[in-house]
Amino acid sequence: MFRYIVRRLLQMILTFFGATFVVFALMFANQDDPIQALAGEKPVSDNVRAVLTERYHLDESFPVQYWYYMKGLLTGDLGRSMAGRDIGEMLSGAWPVTLKLSALAIVVAALIAITAGVWSAIRRGGFFDNSTLLMTLLLLAVPIVVLAPVAQLVFAMELRWFPATTTARAGLYDLLLPAVVLACSVMATQLRVTRTSVVENLRADYVRTARAKGLTPRRVTWVHVLRNSLIPVITLIGVDLGMLMSGAIIVEEVFNIPGVGFNLARGIRAEDGPLVVGFVSVLVVVFLVVNLVVDLLYAALDPRIRYE
Amino acid sequence: MLGKRPWKMAAGLAAISLLIAGCGGGDSDGESANSNTVVIGLSEPSDLLPSNVTDVNGTTILSSLFYPLLEFNARKEPVEAAAQSITPDKSNRIWTIKLKPGFTFHNGEPVTSQNYIDAWNYGAYGPNAQTGSNFYARIAGYDDLNPEDPDKEGPQKAPTPTTNKMSGLKAIDDLTLQVTLSAPFSSFKTVLAYSVFYPLPKAAFASDGVIVEGFAESIIGNGPFKMVGKWVHDDKVVVEKVANFKGKVPKIDGVTWKIYQDELTEYADLVTGSLDVQTSIPIEALSSAPADLGERFQRSENSGFDALGFPVYDTTWSNPNVRKAISMAINRDEIAEQIFLGSRSAAHAFVSPVVAGYRENSCGEACQYNPNKAKELYQAGKGPSEIKITYNVDGGHKAWVDATCGQITASLGVTCVGNPVGKFADLQAMARAHEPIGIFRLSWSMDYPLMENYLGPLYSSKGSSNFSGFASAKFDQLLKQGSAASTPAAAIKKWQDAEDILVQQMPFIPLRFSNNVYGYSEKVTNVEIDLFMKVNLYEIETIA
Repeated sequence: MFRYIVRRLLQMILTFFGATFVVFALMFANQDDPIQALAGEKPVSDNVRAVLTERYHLDESFPVQYWYYMKGLLTGDLGRSMAGRDIGEMLSGAWPVTLKLSALAIVVAALIAITAGVWSAIRRGGFFDNSTLLMTLLLLAVPIVVLAPVAQLVFAMELRWFPATTTARAGLYDLLLPAVVLACSVMATQLRVTRTSVVENLRADYVRTARAKGLTPRRVTWVHVLRNSLIPVITLIGVDLGMLMSGAIIVEEVFNIPGVGFNLARGIRAEDGPLVVGFVSVLVVVFLVVNLVVDLLYAALDPRIRYE
Repeated sequence: MLGKRPWKMAAGLAAISLLIAGCGGGDSDGESANSNTVVIGLSEPSDLLPSNVTDVNGTTILSSLFYPLLEFNARKEPVEAAAQSITPDKSNRIWTIKLKPGFTFHNGEPVTSQNYIDAWNYGAYGPNAQTGSNFYARIAGYDDLNPEDPDKEGPQKAPTPTTNKMSGLKAIDDLTLQVTLSAPFSSFKTVLAYSVFYPLPKAAFASDGVIVEGFAESIIGNGPFKMVGKWVHDDKVVVEKVANFKGKVPKIDGVTWKIYQDELTEYADLVTGSLDVQTSIPIEALSSAPADLGERFQRSENSGFDALGFPVYDTTWSNPNVRKAISMAINRDEIAEQIFLGSRSAAHAFVSPVVAGYRENSCGEACQYNPNKAKELYQAGKGPSEIKITYNVDGGHKAWVDATCGQITASLGVTCVGNPVGKFADLQAMARAHEPIGIFRLSWSMDYPLMENYLGPLYSSKGSSNFSGFASAKFDQLLKQGSAASTPAAAIKKWQDAEDILVQQMPFIPLRFSNNVYGYSEKVTNVEIDLFMKVNLYEIETIA
């Protein structure tokens, strides 16, 4: 187990550098005039242009720019954004709220998906099963671009149950509405996967044995069957967590949450290479760690799985 | 090991997630409903150091923290504020600024003429790369601080300036400042109202010409409000009233400048009452705003100006009559009403109505919708049978460009298509390289209320935003004569003559002027938004 973890960590380092390189190259290719992007439509004087070009090494070739960036990164200096802000500080300002938001979303999604998934698997073909099928189809069909503003309009502006926007210092309740909207984007798939997996396991031999032993139906379903059905669901949740963090761009904009998605969108709009690479680097690390945790969870769920 | 208690572990993970989500929470904005403060929305400013601020968000926040040398009255005339008097000599070259006594910075330092000199020198010094630096360009000695690159784009770098002090700035005594310009300019006073001309305290400088690291995060000004704590990036800037302020005293005790990423989101907060003032309501919300806000939905004029430019370097468009025909083929009123829902109004002049010297219909017949005359002119001038209008897709221009094309097609019977490019910078670069971009869109909003601030940058041959390649020696000459004229009135006369040349030549066609469309909550009253899209902080009041 220990050797497995070390091996995975070493692979992570390689993946990390590969990923930052690719993102840096993409940003470099996308960049045409970040100084003008900074000034909007107002003209930029030649002097300002010259000084900023030199400050951000914009006239250097790709390898040189990448070298400057990596040199900074390895000494813990993430550099400055085009607007002159310290990217390290921007990261530490944006990550907590995005972590909160996506953690809340994943808990909401998993709770609803697993409960409803198991329930509809037990009563397969029943009314509940069919209505959840309909609901999930609906959720899959409505994109988050529509869902987020509609939820804001109905629950915040009309019913006034939730605040319409939040801030970086938002509490649990403030984040609930955006988290539920975000959860909707992953809930449907999780629910369907749980249902299918449970349906399959219900036919397994060990279920018959457990029933024959005289265990209560509740124990059979919620302990024996669910545990064995969770492997595909956990995999999905792991992938979803990363997706939620990077994919919250729309939700963060609609609810005014200055998190990771917002900063990524801003960086891309402003052609701000270092800013985007900084945020993506951390995202890459989060993805890698979550995947490792998911792999370790397999072993916890199924004792037959062992890592050497 | 892990395998023994998967349930507890899952429960534990869920608990940790909730804990992460919950921790540090419950920190609401803390403005109690009955306090005498207001919440005003805007976007994240790029900086707050006055000389590096040219965007409306930054200048708006700065207007609460600083007291300008002068401001504009309802008739758009300059009126002294922090200055006692601003007077030129006979030649309009040497300007003497006398400051009112008794003003202090928020840290207690008295405001002296040296504070202005230090701030302006810092802003003008080339290597500091301040975005507002060209505002100081009229002051004598500016060129020494900004030596030219000997080979422009080439490998050689511009030499480091030999000095960081402009020779044109001199402190006569603590309250008197003498500014020498490199050329006479009778309207210089008007320029001084701009935010880059604010003073900076001694505390701003670590050493000569070096700003203290992080000064802009908790800036010290001379205005009616001071900053509480630091600028919380992407979140808010909180300011509170200064006790015993010597200038005009606002009626409110403080402002929370709340930062939004998106105007529609901001609008949601306005409707639910979490926000008191939104200075610009997005077009998507304009149809529902009168119902949502009633009397609290308002409109006022601002300095924005939209136009279409012709690539006059392109022979297709070298005939002024063809350019006029395009202008007459467009029904400006219809687009302003149908597409912009009144947030813009039709333009029939080359300068905005907010500047002195504006004449309501200076463009005359050439800007009136007249499809028959347009077609005649167009056919006589042998205009092209295919037209494209280039615009940047990131600014919400598609709707009106398509509508304009539709009108041109209907009036002239030619094919007209919108040609989207990614960003405005792309459009600029293509125009500079004289690529065949066809007609292109552009917008302008003024920095100071002078006709010259429209005519110079947009239409003069060296104008920083003149991408059309239009160059008229006579126009440049009149513009220059206007700046050098002995009085502002004489200057306006010359600038109007210059505008008349544009009417004959039509290198650009004026389309629309912008309006502020703003709204406010039930908590506030007396809300005014000025030409610069700024809230008048001295008039706004809360309702107890």
